[in-house]
Amino acid sequence: MTHPELKQYTPVKYSRIYSLGAARGDLVVTNEEVAGPIDSSDEWIRQRTGIITRRRASASLSLMDMAEQASNEAIKKAGIDPQEIGAVIFSTITHPHQTPSAAALLAEKIGANPSPAFDISAACAGYCYGVAQADALVRSGMAKYVLVIGGEKLSDFIDPTDRSISFLLGDGAGAAIIGPSDTPGISPTVWGSDGSHWDAVGMSASLLELRDGTATWPTLRQEGQTVFRWAVWEMAKVAKRALEAAGVEPEDLSAMVTHQANMRIIDELAKQLKLPESVVVARDIVYTGNTSAASVPLAMHALLESGEVKSGGLALQIGFGAGLAFGAQVVVLP
Amino acid sequence: MAFSQSEVLAGLAEIVNEETGIAAESVQLEKSFTDDLDIDSISMMTIVVNAEDKFGVKIPDEEVKNLITVGDAVSFISSAQA
Repeated sequence: MTHPELKQYTPVKYSRIYSLGAARGDLVVTNEEVAGPIDSSDEWIRQRTGIITRRRASASLSLMDMAEQASNEAIKKAGIDPQEIGAVIFSTITHPHQTPSAAALLAEKIGANPSPAFDISAACAGYCYGVAQADALVRSGMAKYVLVIGGEKLSDFIDPTDRSISFLLGDGAGAAIIGPSDTPGISPTVWGSDGSHWDAVGMSASLLELRDGTATWPTLRQEGQTVFRWAVWEMAKVAKRALEAAGVEPEDLSAMVTHQANMRIIDELAKQLKLPESVVVARDIVYTGNTSAASVPLAMHALLESGEVKSGGLALQIGFGAGLAFGAQVVVLP
Repeated sequence: MAFSQSEVLAGLAEIVNEETGIAAESVQLEKSFTDDLDIDSISMMTIVVNAEDKFGVKIPDEEVKNLITVGDAVSFISSAQA
């Protein structure tokens, strides 16, 4: 049987990040405020994490509010019509509904309806996973513009008495518009997962245990030492592979933007990579805290807003976290 | 080449000094990493990874919590390289 030749998407050669948008929680939470329940102090928290304050959202500011604010900024800066958005990818672990997705509601709120919209669950690696997918969708010709959002309201899932991770966490959303480009703007992504450490970071219990009364409200937990070792020494290897895949050397970078997990991880990772002093290392964690999927775009946005880095420079971005999942790529700064 | 116990202690003391600034001579077998030397869990992990490199041994995550004193670490490393 004969049939007409199928049409397929017409690929475009390159993609790039057009713009970023950012929203942080409306409350500035000091170390003193979180130190009491964990029998700690401002000094202890600063020394061990580098955090001075973290931004958290008040009860009236939802994850969706922050995502909408960050998305609208990115759309405006990109100078595109939201109706041109061909996919909305929302990375989050704190959307309070198992279904429907946060992305579908966000698409409606920002005027991108009827864009395809879906959430991804890759925790602190989620934004870099989203950029990888957006890059593929744009270059394949499947979407003209893609909105990638990393957004979290982690303060809904913390235990003030937990000494492993809760006191690090903040709330926020970072957004990026990715679209076609005449020149290369996003390198190959080095990404993956290691489920042998599935228990190293995550929730304290499942929803079924909560339903059955065998657990209380699930909150975030981590095995700090296991995560630290993986985040520094394994992620240093991933970062080196990402640079190699991009065809660039450390000295070619304007910035390194890691997931803002803990200053000790960021500093040790920079040391392992032997970054020259000319490379600006993002340290948004100091005043924002660890915002999981939002941390990479928030940190990059902050560097651009402060003028520490300039549009057109190269940045290595790397996300890593629960799964354990990781993703890294070199991007041209928007 | 296997390191003797005194070489492991000296090497470990050097690593501890580099990570924390604690004088190498304070790193003695009976000293507790946390209580006596005031080394936190993150610094401890950096010391462990550097010790793995230096002595060519594997120190699994689940073993780290058993290394209470400097002597525990020296014993573990010494037997792991044997």
